[in-house]
Amino acid sequence: MARTRASTKRIREDSEEQSGPRPFWSGTLTFGLVSVPVNLFPATRSNRAPLRMLSPDGEPLARRYYSQKTERDLDADQMVRGYEIDKDKYVVVTDEELDRLAPEKSRDIDLKTFVPAESIPPVHFDRGYFLTPASGSEKAYKLLAETMEKGGQAGLATFVMRGKEYLVAIFAEHGILRAETMRFADELRSPEDVGLTKRKPKVPAASVRKFEKLISNKSKKQLSATRLKDEQTARLLTLARKKSAQRKNVVEVETDRPDEGKVIDLMAVLKKSLAGKG
Amino acid sequence: MAARAIWKGELKIGSTKIPVKLYSGVVDRAVRFHILDDKHLMRVKQHMVNPDNGDEVSSEEIQKGYEIEPGKFVILTEKDLEGLEPKPSREIEIMEFVPPEAISQQWYERPYYLAPDGDEKAYFALVEALKNRNREGIAHWVMRNKAYVGALRAEGDYLLLFTLRNAEEVISARDLPKPAGRAPTQKEVNMAKQLVGLLAGEFNAQDYKDEYRQRVMEFIERKAKGKAPRLHAVKTKRKAASLDSVLEKSLRSLGKEKRAA
Repeated sequence: MARTRASTKRIREDSEEQSGPRPFWSGTLTFGLVSVPVNLFPATRSNRAPLRMLSPDGEPLARRYYSQKTERDLDADQMVRGYEIDKDKYVVVTDEELDRLAPEKSRDIDLKTFVPAESIPPVHFDRGYFLTPASGSEKAYKLLAETMEKGGQAGLATFVMRGKEYLVAIFAEHGILRAETMRFADELRSPEDVGLTKRKPKVPAASVRKFEKLISNKSKKQLSATRLKDEQTARLLTLARKKSAQRKNVVEVETDRPDEGKVIDLMAVLKKSLAGKG
Repeated sequence: MAARAIWKGELKIGSTKIPVKLYSGVVDRAVRFHILDDKHLMRVKQHMVNPDNGDEVSSEEIQKGYEIEPGKFVILTEKDLEGLEPKPSREIEIMEFVPPEAISQQWYERPYYLAPDGDEKAYFALVEALKNRNREGIAHWVMRNKAYVGALRAEGDYLLLFTLRNAEEVISARDLPKPAGRAPTQKEVNMAKQLVGLLAGEFNAQDYKDEYRQRVMEFIERKAKGKAPRLHAVKTKRKAASLDSVLEKSLRSLGKEKRAA
């Protein structure tokens, strides 16, 4: 969803991203008339070995936006968000307008339906976020998590966050609520859309049995975590350590800038927030 | 018009191979905005600069580095990076099969359709076998210089291949402490159970529409014609009431709705 969905709010936030353990979003989860103020944090971390772009001297570089007309760099408050209505003709839409376009009730995650947690097809799942209780809501939070986990249920809702409407399924696991953002039905292709038509040939029973046998022979009860290892990144880390030990292609720069080199430990942030200190 | 295949390969299970075409299973419907410079309303460009002096560094001069310690970078040359790329291959190799419950919902990333590309009988026989055995295949493949782990799953009459997130990318609730705070009372537990029971239903994707996307597009169209409607400021409300009184009220009002329906 991020690709070219530019937002000036996001630009500002991205540049502040390193500055501290702030929730990604704060809002209210409701079921019935019960409201549970919550904070939302990502449940996924992107690439654990991001490469930085460096100058020939090894100085870490920053991405800057500049005007095509003046060729001068622009600050966040000199940029706006535009929708291309005609070639090179844009309608400017502000953060405020996007916020105000969301009806009052659409800002809360209002769980209107609870479904069996295993019944949602995985094609819908997009991205996971943990919900942590905001101060004062611990009891209601625990009550909802416990009820859903015992019943094996997931709660469903749509809500608007940062200029986009999300369909979410809320799951409870280990006493913690997790939101999975989901693709709407019209964001998924049907088999017909990709030219898969209904005519299925008659399949010889013998070849089905052959595949069943192959499946049985290669079946495991659990998926071993080693299967999900990112080997490409592991190889990169090995090479980087080797070059570092040999003092090959290593550059050191002063890190007096407060926003440089400080990677936020998402686990630590989550632990703090769940302990009620976030 | 039917979508175009983005890749062609062979599904490999043991020594059996099934030729397939791969199609994206998702469509991007996000409202596309561009970043503009506010004086000239023209699209902005971007470049990389040295933040100390604002000097531009051209793409040919840029080096890539991995920060092994704060402030200490190991430079990785183009040759280094090429050496890290996986060997190109047309095979989608199925390593093992697992029950669907063995794959966490958090791992699924993006679905692709696999379509038969020559051997229809083998393709549909595999669909049937996966359904009969209720298994998903764990796949490895290389596409456009990147190695993927995936799940092969029968959905309806066809095969879907999901990319899965790497283990390091996903945080499990099992690795986090349970939230702090007082435990709810038995009375509250009973009422919450009843309340969730009244809201129980089935998942039907068609019940949910992105209405906000529609509102944004309508607003843009009206604004383009110079007829932007006034929008009201956002109010924030906060009310406090005891948990069990709110639960009771919810049960009463939901119970009434159910009876009236």
